[in-house]
Amino acid sequence: MQATSLFNAQFSAAVQLSNVKAGYEQNVVFSDLSLEIAAGQFAGIVGPTASGKTTLLKIILGIHPVISGKILVHNNPVNQVKPGTVGYVPQLGSVDWNFPVTVEEVITMGLYTNGRILPWLSKEERKSVYDLAYRLGVEDCLQQHIIDISGGQRQRAFLARALISNPKLLILDEPTSGVDIKTQHEVLHLLGDINREGMTILLTTHDLNAVASHLPWVICFNRGVVAQGQPHDIFTNEILTQTYGGDIVIVKYEGHLLIANSTPLHFRDEKH
Amino acid sequence: MEFLLEPFEYEFFRRALLAALLVGASGGMIGVYVVLRGMSYVGHGLSHAAIGGAVVGFTLNLNFYAGAFAMGLLAVLVINKITQNNKIKLDAAIGIVTTAMFALGVAIVSKLRNFKQNFEAALFGNILGITDHDLVVIGLVAAITLVTLFFSYRALLFSTFDNEAARVFGIKTESVQFLFSLLLTFSVIASLNVIGVTMVAATLIAPAMTARMLTDSFSKMIIYSTLIGSVTGVIGMYLSYIFNVASGTTIVLFSALLFSLSLLAKPIHSLSANLMKR
Repeated sequence: MQATSLFNAQFSAAVQLSNVKAGYEQNVVFSDLSLEIAAGQFAGIVGPTASGKTTLLKIILGIHPVISGKILVHNNPVNQVKPGTVGYVPQLGSVDWNFPVTVEEVITMGLYTNGRILPWLSKEERKSVYDLAYRLGVEDCLQQHIIDISGGQRQRAFLARALISNPKLLILDEPTSGVDIKTQHEVLHLLGDINREGMTILLTTHDLNAVASHLPWVICFNRGVVAQGQPHDIFTNEILTQTYGGDIVIVKYEGHLLIANSTPLHFRDEKH
Repeated sequence: MEFLLEPFEYEFFRRALLAALLVGASGGMIGVYVVLRGMSYVGHGLSHAAIGGAVVGFTLNLNFYAGAFAMGLLAVLVINKITQNNKIKLDAAIGIVTTAMFALGVAIVSKLRNFKQNFEAALFGNILGITDHDLVVIGLVAAITLVTLFFSYRALLFSTFDNEAARVFGIKTESVQFLFSLLLTFSVIASLNVIGVTMVAATLIAPAMTARMLTDSFSKMIIYSTLIGSVTGVIGMYLSYIFNVASGTTIVLFSALLFSLSLLAKPIHSLSANLMKR
């Protein structure tokens, strides 16, 4: 199901997947998947746990092999993409917070793609790290250990690492998980600003409300694309039930969408 | 004072001291990556595999280092291979592969009685056993370790911290892993005559862990660990002469003492930092 199409004569794709089959050993996660992400798009992939969202991101990142099919990133086969073309922010839950690195050391990891191999930073590199940290609001904690900063600052530090090489495509795995609602809002706003400057952004999330209020494009995914389009067109009972397989309540109020699971009603009944 | 300076009159001691300094420095450097990659058990296993290889080499009339290096490298390759699919964990793989190689060495030793003396020296380290040839090997290994870690600093740091993201940023993580394994094998084998098989692991882990207690910065941890490793090597070797015990034991005991002190220093450092903030 394709609710709306962005494709037109000027369409250029940041990511193109053609008849892709991917999985782990005997377990095929999805097959015959074709999907295009337009250059300049700010898209969120939503779907239930184990629906293949992370696998999809990993094959686009080129860190998980496909069984068959073709993947192009900015018109290059995924295994021939120039380092620095794609920026990546992993799930913060996967980070070893006790690892001895400062915020500055995390950000400078992203400079690996510039070909310099000397351990220390050049004057220009130091300036670019500071400028980016300043823009993202983490300039005051550059010398702090990563465990000593807030959840929002951690997200920004890893975002800075992804942005320091000035990628064309930014991919984030669950950037809204594990942070409070205010931080979530700030991070998504920041990503919106970055997207308006021309960077293509693709993220996965479980937070449908955050997608509804911040993202212009959503892809409902469950071992394949269920539907894609603008949140107002896509977040319907039919599509979300098809994606998640359960009852979902959608409230439309003054132009806003609020999505909730119907479970709380049962919870209320049990309490009485 | 004369008593303290007396050992420096002997050439064997000066040679042993230099060897301990270099082994301590390279062990301290590479130990940071060993600890942070969760491979603390690797050094222990590799040293056992290497001694098995040295014994096999002896029976084939090969150089000590050639046999040890061949078996050490074989152990690394086999361990990397069988842990690739994630079904077999690293510690289990090290346990079976390196112990089997060590067992092969022990089996040969029990057949060749004349090898016993050398074998015991390799187990616990021997201040008298360091030859000029050993010193050349140790010096080469220390130089190779320093140069390689210097030029692969960014790739090693990134792949150690976040292997998956490192691949996205263009780091050939499998090559980095292989290079690291090679360096580690070199380092362990070069340490055998100074530290002894049974103690090598501690010289890789203790300086790095002590440095970790003193800093939250990776670059500082590398510098601290290298310095701590060097100092530990020198003082441990000196104590070995003074107390007339195996050099491996004094080096390891001194490194354990420094680690214990760093455990005490950590809360004191945190407390003073909190007071400074107020």
